[in-house]
Amino acid sequence: MARDTLTGSRIRERRIIAGLKQAELAKAADISPSYLNLIEHNRRRIGGRLLIDIARILDVEPSVLTEGAEAALIATLREAASMHDGATAEIDRVDEFAGRFPGWAALLAASQRRIGTLERAVETLSDRVTHDPQLAASLHEMLSRVTSIRSAASILAEPGDISPEWQGRFHRNIYEDSGLLAETSRALVAYLEAADETSATEATAPQEELDVMLEEAGFTFDTLEEEAAAADAPEALSDALAAGRSEASRALLNTHLARYATDAAALPRDPLVAALGQHGPDPVALSAALGQPVARIMRRLATLPPDRAGVGGAGFGLAVCDPSGVLTFRKPLPDFPMPRFGSGCPLWPLYAALNRPGDPMSYVLVQPGQPARPVQTFAVAEPMGPPKLDRPTLYEATMLVVPASEDLSETALPVGVNCRICPRLSCRGRREPSILGPDPRQPF
Amino acid sequence: MTKRLLLIEDEPNIIEAIGFILARDGWHVKSHTSGKDAAEVARKERPDVVILDVMLPGKSGYDVLREIRADDTLTGLPVLMLTARGQSKDRELAEQAGASRFMTKPFSNSEVLDAVRALAPIS
Repeated sequence: MARDTLTGSRIRERRIIAGLKQAELAKAADISPSYLNLIEHNRRRIGGRLLIDIARILDVEPSVLTEGAEAALIATLREAASMHDGATAEIDRVDEFAGRFPGWAALLAASQRRIGTLERAVETLSDRVTHDPQLAASLHEMLSRVTSIRSAASILAEPGDISPEWQGRFHRNIYEDSGLLAETSRALVAYLEAADETSATEATAPQEELDVMLEEAGFTFDTLEEEAAAADAPEALSDALAAGRSEASRALLNTHLARYATDAAALPRDPLVAALGQHGPDPVALSAALGQPVARIMRRLATLPPDRAGVGGAGFGLAVCDPSGVLTFRKPLPDFPMPRFGSGCPLWPLYAALNRPGDPMSYVLVQPGQPARPVQTFAVAEPMGPPKLDRPTLYEATMLVVPASEDLSETALPVGVNCRICPRLSCRGRREPSILGPDPRQPF
Repeated sequence: MTKRLLLIEDEPNIIEAIGFILARDGWHVKSHTSGKDAAEVARKERPDVVILDVMLPGKSGYDVLREIRADDTLTGLPVLMLTARGQSKDRELAEQAGASRFMTKPFSNSEVLDAVRALAPIS
């Protein structure tokens, strides 16, 4: 759905924020209240002089009314507010903030992301100090040598009876231990330097680096779409794209691209687009028509560039999670943000699908926000590999997100991004308290 | 009567140094280098105090300590734990396993002596 159809909703929102009645705004703008009512419900287009007048009366930039603030930006700002206990950010006015000060808002969102990255870095480093066996062994070895040297040296230095024979023995021990200590220290320094070189960027989560790389590529890779793609194309591509990034993120990208290539070979783009035109964005119908697993259809749909997806906006969104519920792939849509860390909203059918492996399901969902912009989702859990005797089958869940018509918002299932920044306070899926006040517009 | 001390530690030079200062202080020191049968050695030797290193080949010092604490014939045996890491997590683990005292490497000779003297039962 095109953003400019929502100008009316934004005018309504701003008017309520400004504490103006419809009649008051209509009078100030020199139009009839009923005409303003039509505009506010997006039934009349508005532009030109009238838009500028209304923006002036509401004390906002006209672009705030025509473009609105990105849902993703809003989500990040809410996250920023949630990170500071006792902070007094005006969360209920976050849209206004993002709209009136887009530069500051973007700066704050960027800082928030940077904080997230740095926190990950600290976590990774402290994990490393605690759990790196090589480091722990080296430190233990050094401390043992130091203990031994200190003990022997003080026996020699402090007053007390000591025979020449014992004296000689402790001198020899100190000599031995100091040699070993020097060696261990050298090895430790070499290990730390090598670790610095190979994992300069490892401080960021590899999954996060993968997200960035995929986003930069628009989630689509034309070289892998070609029929004659070489067998080593995924590896060559991941080497090229992940240049300068961590080894772990390169491995993740390689796995992703190898699967991409397999999917593309099994289901080339042209037949998919043709079937999409015939059956519409229904992965179950497409699965039947094309003879491919539902999850593969979903993954392939998510690789379509927006101009070929035929559903408007940014094309299809996609989320994939492993059996533990951790998101291993995320392609959010402007109307369906996804959390950057951790798992998503427990109400997403992505997780329900894990309870009923193999059964595709479809729900209309709506995330908090005004105006409500519902999405149609399809989810399915499929085994991650062939079954193994006496071993639990591992299922991976995949959820396709399709932009939907606003008419569906009445029946849509209200969901969120994740609990902390979700205004649906009495949700039965709630895992932790929200930092937001209740959303008066959407009782839940 | 000479007091008996069992030193469970795998570094020979540390054994030599600690053994020397304790012997000079009048202790009868017996050393043992493996974790695997350390609890058994404690049962056999019946020491007055045990010095137990956390990092041992064969079995961790915590496990050895748990075995000692689970043995009714060794009730009340004072155990001084030695560790190379001073993190609170290690201290907690040692306390949970039932260590009487906890000491972080590198320690000084006098620290060990003071600790062992304080742990020794009054005869």
